[in-house]
Order: sequence, then structure tokens, then C-alpha cells
Amino acid sequence: MSTLILLLATGLGLGGLYFLVASGLSLIYGLMGVLNFAHGSFLTLGAFVGLAAGNLVGAGTWGGLLLGLVVGALTGAAAATATELGLIRPLYDRHIEQVLVTVGLSLATVALFEGIWGPNPRNVTRPGWLASTTDVLGARVPNTAFLNVLAGAVVLGGIVAFLRYTRYGLIIRAGVENRAMVTALGIDVRRAFTLVFAVGGAAAGLGGVLATQSLNYVSPHMGASLLIFAFIVTVIGGMGSLTGAAVASVVVAVLQQLANFYLNNTGDLIVVLLLALVLLVRPSGLLGRPA
Amino acid sequence: MAAGGEPVLEVTGLGLTIGGARILSGIDLTVGRGELVGVIGPNGAGKTTLFNLVSGIYRPTSGRVLLAGRDVTAASVAVRARAGLGRTFQTSSLFPRLSVAENVRLATQRRRGGSLSVLSFPRRGDAASAEATEHLATVGLTHRADAAAGDLSHGDKRKLEIAVLLAMDSSVVLLDEPMAGVATGDVAGLVEVIRAINASGRTVLMVEHHMDVVLGLADRVAVLHHGELLTCDVPEKVMADETVQSAYLGTTAGTTAGSAA
Repeated sequence: MSTLILLLATGLGLGGLYFLVASGLSLIYGLMGVLNFAHGSFLTLGAFVGLAAGNLVGAGTWGGLLLGLVVGALTGAAAATATELGLIRPLYDRHIEQVLVTVGLSLATVALFEGIWGPNPRNVTRPGWLASTTDVLGARVPNTAFLNVLAGAVVLGGIVAFLRYTRYGLIIRAGVENRAMVTALGIDVRRAFTLVFAVGGAAAGLGGVLATQSLNYVSPHMGASLLIFAFIVTVIGGMGSLTGAAVASVVVAVLQQLANFYLNNTGDLIVVLLLALVLLVRPSGLLGRPA
Repeated sequence: MAAGGEPVLEVTGLGLTIGGARILSGIDLTVGRGELVGVIGPNGAGKTTLFNLVSGIYRPTSGRVLLAGRDVTAASVAVRARAGLGRTFQTSSLFPRLSVAENVRLATQRRRGGSLSVLSFPRRGDAASAEATEHLATVGLTHRADAAAGDLSHGDKRKLEIAVLLAMDSSVVLLDEPMAGVATGDVAGLVEVIRAINASGRTVLMVEHHMDVVLGLADRVAVLHHGELLTCDVPEKVMADETVQSAYLGTTAGTTAGSAA
């Protein structure tokens, strides 16, 4: 019983991290039709810069972590905005080229990060509470899981409120449904594109700093490994559906944890099989619209 | 008021050739301010293509489009929309998952938005929302304001599209088959809405198969056939035109004209 609770709790925590990456991917694809392979780089950059900022206040302190999270999110947003303005916008409506340029950027940035911070993972110093566990019905749940779930829920709530109650949110929701018609109303959707990239980059940068707390290290490759599962989550949830991404994040991460424990470390395999099953049975994803 | 006002939409020598196939050629059409022009023609005559060229979805391979004297041939859809050209589509131009009110609000906030600050919250009471509510009342959809647009009946969807056009405050309105899929009982109400839009000073260009509607509403009727403009004249003359009759209307011309009168 306590094992099951532990697996569910760590699964939820991992799901929170997946969602931080997948939410941006899903929004960007939904509005612009761009598969952003550079999204993992926003995460990695956010993690390194965020930690560096936090260390100025004090490694392993709550103040340092808080500053790190804010700086990480801002860094992710800035990197994503620069990418959209500099690389994506000049290739407007040329989707293949846009995807290729994000692939190229992801490869180049990983090499750049290795050059700056070295190829090997570096240990991080965490606040004491985050490095320990809490007893939940007999299960010793890592405290990072709670933080990740909280962050995922706050970001989900924030983005949903943004989409529902702001002017740009309305434009973005309309653009996800029918971009051509938004243009026909005389609205310049390109500003919404930049904004969606910035929001997605901020969530990824936040996720980067959080991931270092769960993994207990920071590495130039952490973005790429999280990105793979975030893509799977995005497809399973339905490209462009934010709630779909949230549901799929939890389903995928919990399934992964359970399979890793009960089925001999087959978590990754099970997730890919789930992806294949969803594509066969419901190609538009759990909450996506039929194409 | 046929050809009464100054020209607001001028199309000269407009043509579109795709891969050697001529879809439209040599279209010359001048529409005066406040006019209501019906565009008819058999399926494949090029009616929707003409709308797509005028609204900017396609670029013509020859000819020009002038909106209020300004050459917009190379302008984007968004630029033309801001210059006062609004249109509906044969397939619905609505956002099915947004609410009825939000569909209209999208257009009003574009005009009233001013600085579209990222975190500016649309409140129910702000000017854009108030104006959206007015337009919904005009077309008789107030009671459906919070429903998802995709859940409306065909007739109500057409009314909502017209409310969106009103919200865009377009001076020239292109309606692509406004009666398509509308229940017979709703046609009369929709005709009144279109008449009211035209009476408010807006210029209307309308593709419609429903002959009674076209002949009842239009100041002039343009007839397209095989991508060319056969004629554009007052309904009575068009109905009497022998080329039109042989090309399109055939033997039913007399009966439809009679029922429209």
C-alpha cells in the first residue's frame, strides 16, 4: 500500500514537470502549427541561469530557490521570445522550415551549453526540506513531488485564467480554432504568436529549475530528455488542448512510475505503447478535436 | 439606388489562372456605396473565387481591386478587414468552441482595444462587451449569448455571423450564401436582418442560390458563368436577358421571378 502511494505521489510530481513543458508545446502547436523542438533548450537555459541567480543569494536557501524560479521563468520567456521573433517569424507559414530551424537550434544550444557549463551533470544544493521526505500513510514521499504538483497546478490555473479572462486569451483561443478567421476579423495574430512562445518559454524555464530540485543535478541534456516525454504527453492529450496536456501528463507519469516498479523498469516502453495505442484508436488525442 | 453612391468597391480586369486553368477572367464590376448587389451563377461559375479575390484570400493573376479608391490588390486579409471589408464564408466563419458573445467580442475588442495590453481583462461591463451585446440584440440572439457558437442552429449561426460583421463595422460586407442550410421558417427573419444592414448604409455583396431572396433584396444582380461576368443590372433586366436565361436560369426564370415580386 505504501509503495503504491509512493509511486502515485512521485508520478504526480513527475507529471507536474511534464505539464510545465507540455503546456507550452501544446499552446504553440495549437495556435501556430509549429512543433517546437527547441523547447527543451528553454528549459535547460532557464535551469542554469536560474540556479546561478539563486546562488547569488545563497545555494540551498529558500530565498535563493525563489529567485531562481523567477529568473528561470524570465530566462525561458526571453529565450522563447527571441526565438519566435528571430527564427520563427521570418518563416511565417512555412511549417517544415520552422520545425527544422527549431531542431537545429536545439542541437546547437545543447552544444553551446556543454561548451559553457561542461557536458557532465553538476550537483545542486537544495533547501533542506526539499532534500527530505514526508510520511504519507506510511510512504516516504519526496518533498519535491509536492512542489512540482503545486507548480503544475498553479501554472495550469494561471494559463487557464489568462486564456479565459484576458483579451489576448480570447484571441489565442480563437486562433487555436481557426487562425485564418482571426485574420479575417482584422486581428494581427503575430503578436499572439510571440506571446504564446513567451508564456510557453516561461513555463519551461520554471520547469527547468524545478527539475534540478527533483533530479538533484543540472545538466545540458536535461531539457532534451524531458522534451521527449512532454511531446508524447502533448500528442496523447491532444495537440492544442491544455487540459488534455494536464490529464495526459499525470496519466503518462503515473503509468511510467508503476511500470518501472511492477513491470521490471518498462516505464518508457509502456508510455510509447500507450502513445501508439492512442494514435491508433483516437488519433486526435484524449481531448483533441477530430482533424 | 443602383449605382447611385460613389464607387466603394471597384474590380477591374480581375482574373485568376491556376495551373493553366482559367478560374475567373476579365471581371469588371463597380459597386456604389450603400448598394446591395447579388451575385448568381451556376455551381463552379466562380462566385466564391470572386469573393476570395476581393477579400484577399487569393491573389489575382490579373486585374486590380480598389476599396474606397485605394488599391488593395496586394493587401492582406487583415489589412482589408481593417480598411472596412468584412465577409462570411460558405462554411461557417465562427469559432464553434467560443461562446456567442465571445465571437462578437473578438471583433469589437479589435476596434476598441486601443493598446492591447497583455493582461487587460475583458470585463462584462467594458465598452467592447457592451457593444457586442448590442449587436447580438440587433440580430435577435441575446438569449443565446453564453451558448457555444457550435451549438447554435444553422439559422442562428448565420445571424451570429452577421452580428460579427456588424461588430467589425465593415463598410463593405460580403455574404457567401447567407441562406445556406437555414430552415425555411428562418429565411424571412434573416432577409430582414440583411435588409437592415444595408439600410444602415453598408454596401452588401451577396452570393446566394435562393433566387427569391436575391431578387427581393438586390439593387443589381451580377451573373457569373464559366468564370466570366455575363451582366450586372437591375433584377428585372437580368431576368429578361436572353443570354442569362440560356446560360443559367433556363425555363424556370419566369416562375422564380414571379414569386419574388
